[in-house]
Amino acid sequence: MSSATREALPQGITWFKYAAPQTFFPLAGALAPWFAAIAVVLFVAGLYIGFFVAPTDAQQGEAYRIIFIHVPAAWMSMLIYLVMAFWAGVGLAFNTRLSHMMASALAPTGALFTFLALWTGALWGKPTWGTWWAWDARMTSELLLLFLYFGFMALQAAIDDPRRADKAGAVLALVGVINIPIIYFSVKWWNTLHQGASVSLKSAPTMATTMLTGMLVMVFACWAYAIAAALWRVRCIILERERRSDWVRDYLGAGR
Amino acid sequence: MNWGSAADFFAMGGYGLYVWGSYAVTAVCIAIELVSLARRRRAAGGPS
Repeated sequence: MSSATREALPQGITWFKYAAPQTFFPLAGALAPWFAAIAVVLFVAGLYIGFFVAPTDAQQGEAYRIIFIHVPAAWMSMLIYLVMAFWAGVGLAFNTRLSHMMASALAPTGALFTFLALWTGALWGKPTWGTWWAWDARMTSELLLLFLYFGFMALQAAIDDPRRADKAGAVLALVGVINIPIIYFSVKWWNTLHQGASVSLKSAPTMATTMLTGMLVMVFACWAYAIAAALWRVRCIILERERRSDWVRDYLGAGR
Repeated sequence: MNWGSAADFFAMGGYGLYVWGSYAVTAVCIAIELVSLARRRRAAGGPS
């Protein structure tokens, strides 16, 4: 960061304090259990609404109840990628180690949600469309997203020097961002087997209110879970990478 | 309430395999991630 931009920022701001792994480590440790607790409460509430309050669908019967995990998982797969690419970009622009660590911490959780979106989609597709899989634009681009997550993790794992691994992974993550609008708009741009969006910002959702409520509660549960998992993982990464620093030695020494 | 009995609930109107297959694999994936995080934490020397 140039000195000009630094001076333009208000004095006394504490934000940048947490850009250091040493100060972020305890903050992440304090926040993660709260997000985990929120996730548990919201998962229970969302599943209760999804299975006991939301009515049977007139067309799909009970098969539609897969929506309460499928749509949140699919949204998370895209959102986590965007956040991961954001931190990778910040890391490249400002050369901040913690930003790259955040990107690395998000990748496995993003891959997990991408796999779940594909898995639950297959189990939903079989009874409703008669097929587990089709090479349509929505499904193919979502599969590509899974390979982007795997590629990011494999590339970082293959490079020994952490700083070079960070940069190579960040470039891959940023190039892969192009796939996110392709996934999102694929059902509009191409004639896909996958249905169009049931929920959009522009029009009223084409779902019953209790179905929508259950789905949104599950979305927030997944958000809270992903934040908790990423915070726990970034703490592992900080310990692994900073293990030779004095503060990590002190921290680990005090724990014994 | 949608279900007359526990058997109704698990049958999911004949779609039990698909619905429970989705939720069971989700639960297993989350469990695997949490266990692997705890192991990684211990391997890094942090308190378990």
